[in-house]
Amino acid sequence: MMEEYDGSLTPFVKTVAAGSETIVAAFPADTPILALSDGSFLFVETGERVQAFPEAAILCARANAKRIVAGGDNGKIIEITPDGRTTTLGEEPGKWIDAVAIREDGATAWSAGKQLRARDNKGAVRSWAAPSSARGLAFLPKGYRLAASHYNGVSLWFPNLDAAPDVLKWPGSHLDLTLSPDGNFCITAMQENALHGWRIADKKDMRMTGYPAKTRSFSFSHDGQWMATSGAEACVVWPFQTKDGPMGKPPRECGVRPAKVSQVAFHPRALVLAVGYEDGWILMIRLDDGAELLVRKGLDEGETPPRDKPIVSALAWDENGRRLMYGLQDGEAGVLTLPPVPPRR
Amino acid sequence: MSDKIPVTVLTGYLGAGKTTLLNRILSEEHGYKFAVIVNEFGEIGIDNDLVVGADEEVFEMNNGCICCTVRGDLIRIIEGLMKRKGKFDAIIVETTGLADPAPVAQTFFVDQEVQDTARLDAVVTVADAKWLSARLKDAPEAKNQIAFADVIILNKQDLVTPEELREVEARIRAINPYATLHKTTKCQVPLDAVLGKNAFDLDRILEIEPAFLETDDHDHHDHGHDHHGHDHGLKHFHDEEMQSVAIQIDGDVDPNRFMPWINLIAQREGPKILRSKGILAFKDEPKRFVFQGVHMILDGDLQRDWREDEKRGCKLVFIGRELNEADLRSGFLACAVNQPQS
Repeated sequence: MMEEYDGSLTPFVKTVAAGSETIVAAFPADTPILALSDGSFLFVETGERVQAFPEAAILCARANAKRIVAGGDNGKIIEITPDGRTTTLGEEPGKWIDAVAIREDGATAWSAGKQLRARDNKGAVRSWAAPSSARGLAFLPKGYRLAASHYNGVSLWFPNLDAAPDVLKWPGSHLDLTLSPDGNFCITAMQENALHGWRIADKKDMRMTGYPAKTRSFSFSHDGQWMATSGAEACVVWPFQTKDGPMGKPPRECGVRPAKVSQVAFHPRALVLAVGYEDGWILMIRLDDGAELLVRKGLDEGETPPRDKPIVSALAWDENGRRLMYGLQDGEAGVLTLPPVPPRR
Repeated sequence: MSDKIPVTVLTGYLGAGKTTLLNRILSEEHGYKFAVIVNEFGEIGIDNDLVVGADEEVFEMNNGCICCTVRGDLIRIIEGLMKRKGKFDAIIVETTGLADPAPVAQTFFVDQEVQDTARLDAVVTVADAKWLSARLKDAPEAKNQIAFADVIILNKQDLVTPEELREVEARIRAINPYATLHKTTKCQVPLDAVLGKNAFDLDRILEIEPAFLETDDHDHHDHGHDHHGHDHGLKHFHDEEMQSVAIQIDGDVDPNRFMPWINLIAQREGPKILRSKGILAFKDEPKRFVFQGVHMILDGDLQRDWREDEKRGCKLVFIGRELNEADLRSGFLACAVNQPQS
């Protein structure tokens, strides 16, 4: 299918002057919205801006098919829905919100330093103090349970139970966190430019090393069989086809370039990846054969980066995989609308 | 020079006057906007728009280096502050009175993202003229803070006699003869005494000389001029635990001998060496080699050419705990190209 696009998709990209760094790009209810570091949400189609965090910055955000939830350096956790309505879900006065997590049923969780809170879909809030700052949060797909990464491991907390959280241990500082879609594996990015994983059922450890930089972006394929990661001068894709996950298996690499990958996003229906780089390049790559299409051309090789580096900071597909939205640290954003594929003869 | 945000670290034992110095820096008419990272949301208020509370989370790195610790909270905060890029010019980190400055400094050597956006400018230690001598005896943290400092503010000089002041100064010099020392009352120092020092910039390592002939800040008329050539007549103290060792070689060293040796020293003695610095003339190399280290972490580079009027030579300085001076000296001298006749 990709050959039909003739190597470059750039004519199908509409750029957006977002004006500040994109923290998260998302299409809730098919509406393209950017959460920006200047504390605003930008509705890309109408140009409407909702300044939800006046005089403050958005530090982290998560999105699903219904909403975006962002955490700010004013201590607020704010939800926005595609109709433009904002709701303050929580507030930690005087603190920064380090991570947020959301659940399909409307539940939300956030961390501010060691303080963790989970708010269920009825608004009931439960709290727990992690042993050290919790930098990565994610809800497990089954049960009302939260995974939180911190120093020396990950805690799995049932907010509605009084029992102490189950702990996945590994020494060191665990930063961002992701879970496989089937809920069998938990993977963290570590301070030492490596990933650590656990098979949750038996807490078996996995080490995924060899990255020259920290992994800040993870994406699982629609079938759950592959996990793409940032942090190397190629998109590193780990296999999750068997019950052992990537244990003892080498990863695939695609999109090798002389710049580090900063964002990755699997297409929601095909084994196709959108890959964003630190020098502003964005490629669409087919996993099977590594075929590449250009989405955005960034800096030329050897070109001195400007003061505001054009690092790709967000990538998101819409639900059907027809549109890809990106955002950069330097304030540019854009939407690629894939052209219809001519029928094969 | 670079668009990296300069970061000044303020340390000092409990009650020495860190917050006083911080508020002085913030309240001066300088036109700079600071982001301030503090630990205890204070008994004394801090008058600044952008104040961030930190937890002082010191993390060990899994890189086989036992003394390689970083401040995890600082990495997170600096990343978050970059979302407000353009809204401030510099960062000041105030540590708790019991903090070891090493993890803060090491954060700037170890974490690539921090390195890409910010640079450590200097470690400034505030010391209490009345109580420092006692603290050096009973509080290892106080000694660490003095040993680690690029700039020492010897505060509350009005509370001691001139003799006591000379004694505490001599005790500081016994540990760290290289820091710039300012004697003050109520931390009244000109801003440029503590900010914009580039103390960790390899390009600024020009000379490594003890800083005995240093500035005095006369707080009564605060004109900030330097007065060189005071004869302090300092008593000589020897600190049993913490010392500095300086070793000099007239002429070149062989880099093939020096590099393995300094790496070995960093690995073996790293936990005891708080800071190290060196300027070296490598055989057949027209440029000066400069390096600095914090515990086991070394950072070095070829710098400018040796000038015609400059005598090629090598000098190393270590500040640390229970250093084996004879061993360091013989090891370094063995790297010299022209071995002394024996």
